[in-house]
Amino acid sequence: MSDEVLRSDRPPESGATRTGEFKPTLQLGTDHDLCAGCGEPLALRTILESIEELGLAQRTIGVIGIGCYTALTSLMDLDLIQALHGRAPSLATGAKRMLPDRLFFTLQGDGDMANEGLQEVIHAAARGENITCVLLNNGVFGETGGHMTATTVLGQRTKNTLEGRDATQHGYPIQMVDLLAPLGGTAYAARGSVHDASGVVKTKVMMRRAFETQMRGEGFSIVEILTMCPTGWFVPTAKGPGYLNEVLGAVHVTGEWKRDGRLLRGAEPEAPNEAKERGAV
Amino acid sequence: MSQRGHVVIDIERCKGCELCIPACPPQVLRMTGEHNRIGAHYPELLSGCTGCRACWLVCPDFCFEVWQFDEPGAPGARPGE
Repeated sequence: MSDEVLRSDRPPESGATRTGEFKPTLQLGTDHDLCAGCGEPLALRTILESIEELGLAQRTIGVIGIGCYTALTSLMDLDLIQALHGRAPSLATGAKRMLPDRLFFTLQGDGDMANEGLQEVIHAAARGENITCVLLNNGVFGETGGHMTATTVLGQRTKNTLEGRDATQHGYPIQMVDLLAPLGGTAYAARGSVHDASGVVKTKVMMRRAFETQMRGEGFSIVEILTMCPTGWFVPTAKGPGYLNEVLGAVHVTGEWKRDGRLLRGAEPEAPNEAKERGAV
Repeated sequence: MSQRGHVVIDIERCKGCELCIPACPPQVLRMTGEHNRIGAHYPELLSGCTGCRACWLVCPDFCFEVWQFDEPGAPGARPGE
């Protein structure tokens, strides 16, 4: 490393190949209103690149929940449906049953999925609906300014748990992937994190596997993505990734929890994967 | 130092979150003291980029475009020279 500053306002004149474009092809622009240091645009990149690589851009319909990420819809060059708060899995269920050859994904936050619409996602998973739910989990209601959600970890400071979440007063966090993975209808369940570059790469692998699971008609798939919310956590943006990995990542453990209908973490499910056996559409 | 890669930085899109600084394995990104139009500090590129795309992967504001040189240190490898 040297202290010589290079010009970085234009590409090399010759002898070089572009290996990373500013934005994914399926993204309409780069301008968005999310806060500095937010992890949700990183999750968006993994979703859009996976769809593009699978060649499903013309056959994908996104069902979007309510949260900060709803503002990212103006960037997405895909067909989209806007759901009521927490109801995206049910809306995707109906749409998928009418259009079974399309790729359906929901985009939901932890407030949307775990607080407002917990029963929607549990029943969609238990029925083995052939959809992919994407959970952007930052442990707070980002859009309200950082209030506690059901996934907020114990001790975490939020707008309404200023002394940290206390189990005796606020209960315990819900780990969504751990909850949904054992259900018989769930074919793929994984939790990624965008706290660093390798985390983003691994998360994209999970997104691709979830979409492939759906296109093979194997049943319900969920990918939970831990994202930074430095604004809601009251930490400096540069400390966001470390906080995510050490505080949220300690409770919401990353990795694949179920693949090809087989549990990789935790106990084996008692019921067989009926969705897979009946070759669900 | 031979240049294996290069990044173009869209400094006007940068919100100054600094996520790219620790993400860069060869540590060739550094925050400037300058402000862009929205009043945020932005990174500058030092020599030694490998084109690994780590900054590109972690930037929430899509500020980076990554280039890999066909031959490291070849003529034209230094933009602006």
